[in-house]
Amino acid sequence: MLGFVLRRFLSAIPTLFVVITLSFFLMRLAPGGPFDLERPLEAKIMENLQRAYGLDLPLHEQYLRYLGNLLRGDLGPSFFMRDFSVAQILMQGLPVSMALGGGAILLALVLGAGLGAFAAMRQNTGADHAVVGFATAGVTIPNFVVAPVLQIVFGLTLAWLPVGGWNNGALRNVILPVIVLALPQIAVVARMTRAAMIETLRADHIRTLRSLGLGGRHVAEHGLRAALLPVVSYLGPTAAALLTGSVVVETIFGLPGIGRYFVEGALNRDYTLVMGTVVVVAVFVLVFNLIVDILYALLDPRVRYE
Amino acid sequence: MSTAGNSLWADAARRLRRNRAATASLAMLILLALACVFGPMLVGNAYDRVYPDYVRVPPSLQAQPTADLIAPAVERIASRLRARATDISRDGDTLKIVLEAPRAIDERSLAFFERSDLFAAARVMSREDDGKRLTVEVPLERNYFFFGTDGNGRDLLARTLIAGRVSLAIGLLATFVAISIGVVYGAVAGFAGGRIDALMMRAVDVLYSLPFIFFVIMLVVFFGRNFVLMFIAVGAVEWLDMARIVRGQTLSLKRREFVAAAETLGVSATGILTRHIVPNTLGPVVVYTTLLVPKVILLESFLSFLGLGVQEPMTSWGVLIADGARNIQGNTHLLVFPAIFLTTTLFCLNFLGDGLRDALDPRDR
Repeated sequence: MLGFVLRRFLSAIPTLFVVITLSFFLMRLAPGGPFDLERPLEAKIMENLQRAYGLDLPLHEQYLRYLGNLLRGDLGPSFFMRDFSVAQILMQGLPVSMALGGGAILLALVLGAGLGAFAAMRQNTGADHAVVGFATAGVTIPNFVVAPVLQIVFGLTLAWLPVGGWNNGALRNVILPVIVLALPQIAVVARMTRAAMIETLRADHIRTLRSLGLGGRHVAEHGLRAALLPVVSYLGPTAAALLTGSVVVETIFGLPGIGRYFVEGALNRDYTLVMGTVVVVAVFVLVFNLIVDILYALLDPRVRYE
Repeated sequence: MSTAGNSLWADAARRLRRNRAATASLAMLILLALACVFGPMLVGNAYDRVYPDYVRVPPSLQAQPTADLIAPAVERIASRLRARATDISRDGDTLKIVLEAPRAIDERSLAFFERSDLFAAARVMSREDDGKRLTVEVPLERNYFFFGTDGNGRDLLARTLIAGRVSLAIGLLATFVAISIGVVYGAVAGFAGGRIDALMMRAVDVLYSLPFIFFVIMLVVFFGRNFVLMFIAVGAVEWLDMARIVRGQTLSLKRREFVAAAETLGVSATGILTRHIVPNTLGPVVVYTTLLVPKVILLESFLSFLGLGVQEPMTSWGVLIADGARNIQGNTHLLVFPAIFLTTTLFCLNFLGDGLRDALDPRDR
């Protein structure tokens, strides 16, 4: 087991390296720089700034330097938000994004798996069709439509919840963004659980359970366990994406997460901030893929650690 | 059991026709596409024409200007003529206005009526009191804004339809780019086999694990916001699945007898690929295409929503929805109409895709 985890961990490193290299050079190929203002700076000042941030070095040297700093855990200073290091900025935003994403994942897993199992146990009934209909709607309606609609209904018309803002993570402020983040995931999880469970309900071990006179709860339990495999492999990368923030949701609800730094950083040519965000997201993706592999092995004893 | 003409496609078409959700979706999509292509010519208002007097008009089936718009507009113009409108009466499509002023009214400034979006040129009926009292006849200029107007006074119906053109065009073209790359890449990898195949698919695996939406954003932000780049960016992201599917198909197809027969007859590799392999992968490709189009439209809307996509005055559903989301307070129509168009399209494409999958792959049923 330990060997398996270690091997998977090591195989993730080249991928991370490719991601970092690709983003670094892609970004530097782009026209414009972090210190290009509407009124150009004086040549001497520009030169000093470039030297202070090491931008005057040849590109490959900057790259090696960045990698070296990264290995020591140093993400560098932000070019645009002066006086802040990228690490500081990300550490401020990450808890916000993770709280929202974590809530959404939990909601998606519980409600999605629940709805999916519920529908599968009643295949081709009205309840089943209702769940499938909801799932299709959840997948097709984009979050930038759902979010403003929820804002109108719950924020303005009914005035139950605030329209936006973080407010130190007060529950009232978090409810709407978490729902918006979770809705499409609930829909996908419900669809997958339903499909997988219909499949497993025909399997031999379920038939054995039924022949022993064990119905309802037991069948649901064993069916759901097998049906969760595809859901787990779907939720891995999704969890990584959700925990590292959503540009749309953070923009619409005015939340201080890290999702928006990518767009902001890119627009400002804040090289280090963009790279920092890329690294964080990539690490999350790789870690969650690893978790999925381990969970897979735990859920299904047939999977070997080879 | 039917007899003649039971090709795979005829069979699939028959099964598709029996699927009511899929046929209804197909009909709806055709209707939407026709509306977006020809609609803008029939609406009567250009999508970029600004009507300064009709800002944020609510949607209505009635002809504009409505009664509650006329009085303030006349009031405004009268004050510019340094006069007062003492009597306004309406007879069908013409207004009869009595203007009174302490000094003679300059008839040339009646041009203010024509300059307004609400009225046509004014005609003087009678002059009294040395021109201090004028009776003018002003025809109303009829306009219809079924979906209302936006914050700049542009017709939302025309804009929604034009936006549909852009969104659908990007959806189809970017999908075409993605599918082309995917099919060629997959077929070549699968057919070549061995080390080339392993290498090519390894590259796909690596690309899969990149946070790709970030790369799209980065591409678009760094290299300008133009149409062509959007296709390339979206196409470059979405071809990976297609490549995997086609490779899998090719692997099983190339062991079939007709490929062996072609090989013994000395047909070149390109010949076998284009004549025997690719046409036989079309089933899954078609299904995947219908499911990819909504994904691409969504991606484009997402980019446009962030302000990275289509630029004003051109517009797409994503741009309109972003604008609507900013104006939800009091002007819900700006969000509702484009959102309805976008979600209807996505819904129909998904249903059609599901229907096609069932029709082309009966094993799945």
